[in-house]
Amino acid sequence: MNFVFSNKAKVLSYVLIAIGVITIIAGYFLESHETHHTRWWTNLMINGFYFLAISLGALFFYALHFATETAWAVMLRRVIEAVYSFIPIASVVLVIVFIGATMHWNHIYHWMDNTILHEFVVESTMDSDHPVYFDSVEDAEAAGQAVMANPDYDHIIANKTAYLNVPFFWIRTLIYLGAFIWFARWFRKRSLREDEEGGTALHFKGYKRAAVYLVIFAVFSSTLSWDWIMSIDTHWFSTLFGWYVFSGMWVSAMNIITILTLYLISKGYLKDINSSHLHDMGKWVFALSFLWSYLWFSQFLLIWYSDIPEEVTYFITRIEHYKVPFFGMFIINFAIPMVMFMSRDAKRNPGFLIAIGTIIFIGHFIDTYMLITPGTMFEHWHFGWMEIGFFVGFTGLFINRVLTALTKAPLQPQKSPYLDESLHHSI
Amino acid sequence: MAAQNNMTKVIHAMFDDDHRLLDAAGDLVAKGVKIRDVYSPFPIHGLDPVIGVKRTRIAIVSFMFGLTGLSLALLGMWYFMIGDWPMNIGGKPSFSLLENLPSFIPVSFEFTVLCAAHGMAITYMIRNKTLPGMPAVNPDPRTTDDKFVMEIADVENPGMSTAEIGEMLKSAGAIEINEKQLA
Repeated sequence: MNFVFSNKAKVLSYVLIAIGVITIIAGYFLESHETHHTRWWTNLMINGFYFLAISLGALFFYALHFATETAWAVMLRRVIEAVYSFIPIASVVLVIVFIGATMHWNHIYHWMDNTILHEFVVESTMDSDHPVYFDSVEDAEAAGQAVMANPDYDHIIANKTAYLNVPFFWIRTLIYLGAFIWFARWFRKRSLREDEEGGTALHFKGYKRAAVYLVIFAVFSSTLSWDWIMSIDTHWFSTLFGWYVFSGMWVSAMNIITILTLYLISKGYLKDINSSHLHDMGKWVFALSFLWSYLWFSQFLLIWYSDIPEEVTYFITRIEHYKVPFFGMFIINFAIPMVMFMSRDAKRNPGFLIAIGTIIFIGHFIDTYMLITPGTMFEHWHFGWMEIGFFVGFTGLFINRVLTALTKAPLQPQKSPYLDESLHHSI
Repeated sequence: MAAQNNMTKVIHAMFDDDHRLLDAAGDLVAKGVKIRDVYSPFPIHGLDPVIGVKRTRIAIVSFMFGLTGLSLALLGMWYFMIGDWPMNIGGKPSFSLLENLPSFIPVSFEFTVLCAAHGMAITYMIRNKTLPGMPAVNPDPRTTDDKFVMEIADVENPGMSTAEIGEMLKSAGAIEINEKQLA
């Protein structure tokens, strides 16, 4: 049975998108120009990354359930495919932010600023629009220029230019996004072909490709979080940052897949999904909330304990200026799922899953906010109409695209070798 | 009269397939037979509600053991590290439990898990009378290998003769039926 995107849902998604569009336009003009629209760009980045994270988590779980030959999740395949169909749109949003950063329309990536990367500057050009920089006195003498020490020189960032430079950043970004989009399209195509052909040959092709994707994603999920997120706080580094971002992606994705499945059930679709499927989804959200909290706390504990100046700055900024959202989102994302999803009955209760799921959805949005904003806005942060408007708008776009993607294929895979086992899932 | 004696007669019906046993249990319960227990080398999913076994309360026990572990760990660390003799380790705050809480989280977490897991396992073994050294209660040693035994007591099934039940079990796929007198 195919899903029909009801008019009510369509209108709702368009209203949300309209709120977003109004906020985006109003936000750009109402925010003062002296700050280079930092708040506006930061919001674009947060929402682009958050919804990409949800879609990437979905694609990861999709590959994971193929590679581990998990039968029960076969019934959810079309839902997961719909969620990861958002990857290209979120990618475009991120690419716009990165183009803005490269063109210096925004200052999200401090390391893209040429003025801090060179040790010497020609004195007479210093106050002009295009100062001339040199990396050593010898170079300057060879060019016949008298130079002085560059007052803005930042040797920590300058020493990272072998990795953090604009061309290499773009190469990496395009490889990540290209790989994600290519794999997502391939998996979707395979799935639709399986509906017609069936058999195990196609299934094992998916199995193999999923294993390849997991290896690629293991590397890319780490490096993309360094490139896109960690490099915002350029001086700072953390070795488990990649896992932390990845665990956030995964839990948000499982949460959205659960909510979407429950929505479809409430509309009378996916009748063969039983309480065991729901129980398993609830377990995923429960367990992954622990994984996320575990990594959040591991990162915090090690840095708090060793108390090394270049590491603690990250948490000092957040604790001094962002205390409420910083600790608040940790409590929301850890304590609420822990207490609420502990019992078996709660994980089998659709109303409960949706209510707590919505809280986690907002909680992880604030987590993404906390990843990005302190590095771009420092202590001048706001959480007001612009943040909410952007989030509402992108949520509307996400709902619209995902529900549209759901209409394009039967909601239940027709011929997967594991379909029968999934139909009889019982725990 | 023979039927009026105080002895309980049980029927042990052996199956060699868990799915066949599950189907047979469904059949028998539908015909009004009360099944006392099933002995199996592994858990059979979906059997509990069929034969009327109540949901286990082990999760609640586990939660309470976990809470006990958490409280004991925090109490212990407060006493050792702050109350009795404040210890300065790496210059971390040593005069308040709350300020030094991050250092105590790993130990609290581990002790919570330790108490919950061990408490749950030991409670389980006591309730099932399977602590090490306790005599085995399963009717046939083959149920620890690859066979499944369904136990039906005649006192729980008044109005049905053991022969009748035996006949039902045979047609449901039991490979062997034994009757036993329990004291």
